[in-house]
This record gives sequence, C-alpha cells and structure tokens, in this order.
Amino acid sequence: MKRILSGNEAIAYGAYLAGVRYASAYPGTPSTEILENLARMSDVRAEWASNEKVALDAVAGASYGGARALAAMKHVGLNVASESLFYLAYSGVNGGLVLISADDPGAFSSQNEQDNRNYARFAKVPCFEPSDSQECMDYVLLAFDLSEQFDTPVLVRTTTRISHSKSVVQIPEGDGHEPRPLKAFVRDPAKYAMIPANARRRHPVVEERLRKLAEWAETASVNRIEWGKKNIGIVASSVAYQYAHEIFDGYSFLKLGMSYPLPEKLIRQFAAQVDKVVVVEELDPFYETEIRAMGIPAVGKEYFPRSNEFSLSVVRDGARKLGVEMGPDPAPVAAAFQPPARLPALCPGCPHRSTFYTLKKMKLYVAGDIGCYAIGVLPPFNAIDTVSCMGASFGVAHGIDAAGANSAKQRWVAVLGDSTFFHAGLPALANIVYNRGASTLLILDNDTTGMTGQQENPGTGRTLQGAKTQKIDIEAVVRAMGVQDVFIVDAFDEPAVEATIKKALAITDRPSVVISKGPCVFLDQYPEKYVDEVDQDKCNGCSLCFRVGCPGLYKGELDAKTKKPKALIDPLLCIGCDVCLQVCPRDAIHRVDS
Amino acid sequence: MTKTDFLLAGVGGQGVLTASDIVAEVGMAVGLDAKKSEIHGFSQRGGVVESHVRWGEHVAAPMGERGRIDYLLAFELMESARWIEFLKPGGVVIVNRQRILPMSATVGDAVYPEDAVIEKALRAVTDRIIYVDGLEVAKGLGNKNLANTVLLGALSRELNVDPETWLDVVVQRVPKKYVEENKKAFWSGRMGTK
Repeated sequence: MKRILSGNEAIAYGAYLAGVRYASAYPGTPSTEILENLARMSDVRAEWASNEKVALDAVAGASYGGARALAAMKHVGLNVASESLFYLAYSGVNGGLVLISADDPGAFSSQNEQDNRNYARFAKVPCFEPSDSQECMDYVLLAFDLSEQFDTPVLVRTTTRISHSKSVVQIPEGDGHEPRPLKAFVRDPAKYAMIPANARRRHPVVEERLRKLAEWAETASVNRIEWGKKNIGIVASSVAYQYAHEIFDGYSFLKLGMSYPLPEKLIRQFAAQVDKVVVVEELDPFYETEIRAMGIPAVGKEYFPRSNEFSLSVVRDGARKLGVEMGPDPAPVAAAFQPPARLPALCPGCPHRSTFYTLKKMKLYVAGDIGCYAIGVLPPFNAIDTVSCMGASFGVAHGIDAAGANSAKQRWVAVLGDSTFFHAGLPALANIVYNRGASTLLILDNDTTGMTGQQENPGTGRTLQGAKTQKIDIEAVVRAMGVQDVFIVDAFDEPAVEATIKKALAITDRPSVVISKGPCVFLDQYPEKYVDEVDQDKCNGCSLCFRVGCPGLYKGELDAKTKKPKALIDPLLCIGCDVCLQVCPRDAIHRVDS
Repeated sequence: MTKTDFLLAGVGGQGVLTASDIVAEVGMAVGLDAKKSEIHGFSQRGGVVESHVRWGEHVAAPMGERGRIDYLLAFELMESARWIEFLKPGGVVIVNRQRILPMSATVGDAVYPEDAVIEKALRAVTDRIIYVDGLEVAKGLGNKNLANTVLLGALSRELNVDPETWLDVVVQRVPKKYVEENKKAFWSGRMGTK
C-alpha cells in the first residue's frame, strides 16, 4: 500500500514495524511528531519525558530490560542527553535501541544550527541518514536490527526537510507488526556498570565494534554507487542528495545512507573512477574531512556553504562555481517592493502578554528562555535580553546576581515556562537557593508545552497517551525547595501582574518566585471570554494599547485633536482576554456582550 | 508529464498546510510521485506559512526553486507579492483577495501595500493572475474556514486532473459533517468567482 507520509510519521511507523515497546522524548521542533504518532500505535508505551537526558536514560533502561526502545529529540536536545549517549556507547544494549536526532539546518525553530553527525563520531556509534520518508521507515527498521547485531545504540539523523517533508512510502500489506517478547536481562556488570575498571575494558570493545561496523558499511545496501558521467563524482546523503540528484543530473553518485562509520573501500573505489570527488553536504564538512583524512582529495565547502539549509538554488550556485554548465537562471525579478514583515507574535488571548507588557514598562533586564515567550524579544515588547537554552534563564540570572551586576540601575529577572521549569529549571532553582542567591524568578505557567503544539508535561496532569496522572504543583515544589517568597498571580489581570512583580523585586536578600497562571489559548480549559471593542468617541489615539503586541488590535482613523490613529479591534481575532482593556488609560475599551 | 511545482503561501491559521497535503495527495492519486515540504514551529506563530508541493514521474528535492515554480497559490493578498519571485516567468498565480494586516502595519509604521503596487509586482513576472474572493465565497457558504477549499477549486481548473479526483481527496481530509459544504466550496472555486 502506498501512503504519503512525513519523515516523522514514517520513523514512527518503522519503529512500530520493528516492534518497539517503549519510546520517550521531550517535544522539540522538528522531532515532536515522532512520539505523537507512536503514542497512537498498539503495543507501544510512549511518554513525554521531563527532558531529553531523562528520556534517553529511560530508553536505555527499557533496552537493558530487553525491549526494543526509541528516543527522539531535536538536535540541541541531544546536547542535554549527550552524557547518556556516551555511556550507552560503552554499555551497548540488550533490546535494540535507536536514537533519533532531528537537526534544524536553517534554525527555523532553534537557537543554533548544529550537525549531529558529529555526535556519531564523538560517541563512536553508527549513524544513518535517510533522504526521504521511505528511507525513514526502512532505516529505522534496519537500525533496530543493527543495534542488536552489533550491541550498540544507533543514531538516526534527520533534518527539518526530512522530518517535515512528505513523500510516498510503500508500506507492507496488512499490519506488518508483531509484538516482540522481552529478551532476558542477564547480569553482566562488566558490560552495564561503568566503573572505571569496566570502562577501561569496554573502550577497546567499542573501537573493535566500530571497525566491524565500518566493514559492514562496505557492502550495506544503504550505501550505493550510481554510475554516470565520471568527470565529477558526487558524495551526498540526506536531503542534500535529493538537491544534488536534480542539479547534477547524469553524474556519478556515491549515495551514503550511513554517515558513520564510513565505507573506506567503497569510497576509494568510487574516487578511483571519477576525476574529481565533490561532497555536497549541509552544515559541517563531515564527509569531506573524513574522506580527506583517507588521503583522497575531495572538495566541498569551497563550493557549498557551511551555514543555513541548502536548496536547489544553493546547490545550483555551487555547481556553477565548479564549472558545470547550468543554463541561464530565469530572468531575475526586479524587487518591486518588500512587503512588510510578518514577525511571529503572541497569539490573541495569550497569557504571556501581560508579563512582557509589564517587563517592558518597568524597564527591567530579562534573562529569557526557550518557548513561545521568546517572542518577548521581538517588537513591540523588546523585553528580553538573553535567550540561551532550555532552563538557562535561572542560571544566567543567578550568575548576573552573583557577579554583582544585578543592581538598582539594571534590575534583572528570569522568565521561563512550566514545561521548561520541569526540563532544566529545577536544578537551577536548587542552585540559587543553595548558594544564597537573590534572583527574581518568573514562571509563566500556561498549563502546556506551547511552542511545539500543546504537549502535556509533568504539570498538566495528563500523559502523552491521555492517561490521568498526578499533577505536580509548581508552587509546592518551589516552596519545598526552600523559596520563602512565592507569589501566584492571574496572568489575565495586568495590574495584578505588575503589582506582584514589584512585590517580588522589593525582596533583594533572598530568591523570590512569581508564578503567573493562565492557560494557553489553544487549551480546552481556556475560559469562555467575550470580544472587546474600542469606543471610538473615547479613544484619542494615545497608542498605549498597541504596546500589548496583540495581532487583534490595529490602527483606525486619525483622532481629530491628537492626529494619531485610534485603535480598532478585529472581532475575528479578539478572544476577550482584556489585557488591552486594562492598560487603556481612558477606559475606551469595553466588552461586547455576545 | 514533466515536473509540476506548486508553492502555497499564506498566514498561520489559514489552512495552508492542509491544502498542500491535499495537492500532494491528488498528485499521488493520479499516479505521480509527489513530495511536499513545509516549515512549522516558531516561525508559524502569526507569521508566514509556506509549503512546497511537487509532482512528477520521479521527484527528488522536496521543494521547488526560486524562479521555477509553476503555480503560486497565495492565501493572502500581500503574500502573493512576497513569494512571486519563486514563480517562473509566465507561471500562474492564484491570489486570494483577503487582507491580513501584519503587526508591523497594525502597530508599527509599515504600510499595507495598495492593490496596484501588489499587482505591479505580480505583473513583472506573469500576466496569468487569477484573483479569488476566497473569504467572501466561504462566508457566503456559511463557514469562513472553507476559503482554502475555494482556492483549491480555482487551482484545479488550471490542471488537467479530473475534478472528482480532487473531491475524493478533499472528502477524505475533512470531517464528515463538513463534506457537503467543502464540495460546494470546491465547485465555487472551480467555476470561478469574482
């Protein structure tokens, strides 16, 4: 049966066919849908972990216990989980273990671009790179077998254009899935307990395994030569292979499905028969470096960029630089004008709006974090000074405070969300309390993991597979960790948000925490609200309401006296959260009875 | 049949991604290879949404190339001008007249461009411009969410594919209770509206 699937759907289906019993992940674009799809499949226990390291440890445990298990994360998630990857490389597995790393060249939804093929070389584990959805399914199936055959965790690396592209997949007739029995766990501390003496003994095992894997790669069907014109031979994988396939039409290709370890003999055989080896790869010169280290004079990054994602145009430009005849480009369009930008904005009705309006108004310095609230960096708020990585806001704020840089002149606060708090905020909060810190910390609790599409988390009371579970009370946790001054405020009450932040800022000799509570607009529990409207007789165009940064507010006619545009509210967009109503100094905004 | 490249562009919440799924599925339904590629996540919040779809005997890259796209389907008026440089000279652009003001214009100092300015930008690339009052037609049918199906109807007229094939895919993609109104929306778009 043919179906059109995204890379992430195909990965989930491949894992299902492989008989995966346990899967764990922390949501992160572009990896999120892998677990969301697995969660709907039979015989699979799929969980949102509190962070990626916890996910990979749990997946390691499931594997040790004899199950096939899968962890999925975005590229930077693997930074968090990297310590676990390194011990797994030494311990090996029992049930097959596959780790999906979804990279984000182009940084569409990330704080950096990083090439996680480097982790394969660094941790000494094999890595597959599918180039379409069919390969996503096939390679995941293969990766589980390889994991058990070679006693190793297997990395499968996608990119945004693999995970979020859809292509045709031939899936087996019938269900094609059989539950796999658990393999027995046999006590073997020399393999599973990595004390120094055991670690020293395991390291040569890892090196020998890599050598055998490289041998396996020589004849593996995932690495293949496609002969064509031989004046240039292209080496490529992932989506770069697809672009190169169109641009270098009719040339010879070495298509790598396995990016580590590399098949040296196959590469030599290919290189010997082409005049010039050209590597087309996104981000780092990973293959190029490895191939050059073999003494083969490959080229790549002098023609194709190291940063940003590739496209047909980017690969075409590189081909031209290589002297390949490409024909003329279509006549370039004279840029008649640049349409106004559409920057990301907090949704109408977003509970974070009042906080960023207030932070901006109070001219505070803000250590930000990862989530929808990073939009606080953008206009009209311009209210966040640093955005680093998950949970970093608390650590950064403490360091600023500890260094003596948190002064009356530059007052700092930290801001993170509920899911981020559970992810990496907890240890940072313990650090502040323990080290006699005095930071002002804001937790924006919208009862979900918003940016990635409203996933459950330890604070929501629901699991990924829809079961009711113990809801962890953030306030109780913060108090139990020794914070004496904890303030709870309704996120939809802007004056109260401002007053509460002021109260917290007045405390300068110990840490204080403000928990702003209000559900994400996409949640069912979002309260029924009305639509707001601007009284055109009362509005004088002072424009204060525009500072709440709501897409539902726009400029209308000029006020006769002030010559400034009056505000209008788009009834199709307004949710009636009332934040603009609360900041209007002339009481010109009121609710419309529905 | 050679390769056919589509670019669908609009604003978050307009149904661009669902519509592009449908275009890709129609390609597969007529026996072609089909791929689509899109971006979601941070950039989607109130921002621009773009989705590429490609049909062909064999499709390698999941997205088409600047200056070489055959059909641009703009779900929002101004977005047609933002993406027109992707269209090949003389290609077809289908433009929904709906305006969605960006915050840079509603709150900031940017100005939403005049119709004539947008039209001029499109004309620099092609004369094959099809305007559709997607939102108005959808409202007339009693559901503003039908605008994307109206646009797909308009697109279907430009392609040599049996309309029943389109409708089969549309029907599979929408909840049962919306099937009839989606069919009407598709035919309104296909028959042409002004």
